[in-house]
Amino acid sequence: MSETPSAIPGWRVTSGTAAAPILKLDEPVSFWGGIGAKGDIIDVHHPQHGAIVTGRILVMRTGKGSSSGAYVLAELLREGLAPAGLILTEPDGIVATGALVAAELYDARMPIVVVSPADYDRIEDGIDASITMDGDDVTLHLG
Amino acid sequence: MALTLTEHEQAMLAGEHGPAVALSMRIVTELGRIRGAERLVDVESVHIDGCIFYGQAGLDFARKLVDLGGKVIVPTTVNVGSVDLIHPSLILTNTEHEKWVAQGGRDLMQAYVDLGCRQTWTCAPYQMDSRPGVGEHIAWAESNAIVFANSVLGARTDRYGDFIDIAAAITGKAPCGGLHRDEERHGDLILDCTSLSEATLAQDVTYPVLGYLAGEIAGTQNPVFVGLPADTSEDRLKAIGAAAASSGGVALFHVVGRTPEAPTLEAALGGRSEVPVHHITAARLNSARQELSTARLDQLDAVSLGTPHASVDEIQEAYDAVIGGPPLADGVAFYISTGRSVFAEAERRGLVAPMEEWGVTFVLDTCTYVTSILRPGTRTVMTNSGKWAHYAPGNMGVDVVLATLSECVESATTGRVTWNRELFA
Repeated sequence: MSETPSAIPGWRVTSGTAAAPILKLDEPVSFWGGIGAKGDIIDVHHPQHGAIVTGRILVMRTGKGSSSGAYVLAELLREGLAPAGLILTEPDGIVATGALVAAELYDARMPIVVVSPADYDRIEDGIDASITMDGDDVTLHLG
Repeated sequence: MALTLTEHEQAMLAGEHGPAVALSMRIVTELGRIRGAERLVDVESVHIDGCIFYGQAGLDFARKLVDLGGKVIVPTTVNVGSVDLIHPSLILTNTEHEKWVAQGGRDLMQAYVDLGCRQTWTCAPYQMDSRPGVGEHIAWAESNAIVFANSVLGARTDRYGDFIDIAAAITGKAPCGGLHRDEERHGDLILDCTSLSEATLAQDVTYPVLGYLAGEIAGTQNPVFVGLPADTSEDRLKAIGAAAASSGGVALFHVVGRTPEAPTLEAALGGRSEVPVHHITAARLNSARQELSTARLDQLDAVSLGTPHASVDEIQEAYDAVIGGPPLADGVAFYISTGRSVFAEAERRGLVAPMEEWGVTFVLDTCTYVTSILRPGTRTVMTNSGKWAHYAPGNMGVDVVLATLSECVESATTGRVTWNRELFA
């Protein structure tokens, strides 16, 4: 756990706010074929196979996998089973599209934020965090 | 570097062309901002992938566009759906989940028809009458269609997927980023195949295995093949691309002396000189094929051909392999997936009826690895597709062998899995 709260600046991919524990993945996961209809990691080759992404701020280095991931994420958002937010180190059009469509259809907003690789390394699995936005200024608060 | 819109595009975004255009434009422009595009590009055609059913959200989105009066404004083809509309009984509806997918899949396909899409239902739109030319900007989804259009046709599409595809079709616009741009289309690494023997290069299964390796090595970069025959068929290039887009995220490859942007190695590399070179050997091909082939049992339950959808030439090759030979073994199913237009051509050529009599089940509009077609209890399937071999174990819970067409047919007639593990020499 971090001794003192710290704030990491980010770049807005999609809008929204979140306050939830961090789930930091050792490897990226594909939403299509990698995350099941119950919000669990179903990719048997993934080191965190079985972990639940629902309601967590999901942290992974990059997006991954099939372009149908947008559909799967939108469906998770519709069901209320999606992550609370997503932190990446580079923008990903596929997950972004899923979040944009769910915002249009259901007003279900999942913030997707890009942080620098150095800041990414400071994020610890399991700690409480929140995402706030003021226009394009995004902050990830840790601890 | 901000996204700049023309006056016309701003009007579309502001709703002056109706609410469906405005909604679609919000998605296109937001993706453009996220991808760092400076402008949008007009696209000449769209291929839709969002018509496979994974739940209510996709149906809600397509129906919302229908309700808002949305219509595609460029020629738009559709990928496979979750249902064979021609042979609906092929889709299993034994479980509640299967019933839900069958009904939702049908409704989703109808919504895309209502939006003005051509009822192509194929993952191989490049096997149809009209196809894009060199340098033409398009917005295609479905990874094998993307890589074929970029690599073999020389058309330009970035990696589009569900939702952005129909948004591009309704606006005729896509962000001018990624593979729309010259500088993103050059080769990043060389796959040197010059040591492969003529016998290896003559095997059909060499090409999906090459693609599988290319995806593993290149990830999302653009590989350049050196040492493949100048007359490598489109079907073989299709097999390379589909496998490379499955094991990796390849959206463009070059074959020096064969594909349109690679008349020479220098042209393919766009002037770069220091790129990594990977040597592809027969031993490496053998081990890649063994890695993809998960089957441990002798008993064969099914053969699945046609991923991506079979061409007429591939149906002809399968015809030549099965007709006049031994009958299909009891208990073995033999599937060939293809599109409606290719199937109609195969019927005109008189190929279909004798093959059906022999025991082939033609699957149209969908594919055996995206929906419930395989009989319950199916454990071991042989396929000539690297893409099918990559996805089916996870999707369908079956074991696979990636095999030559002749190995598939021979095994189908004996009911026993037979393949040469050291085929490449």
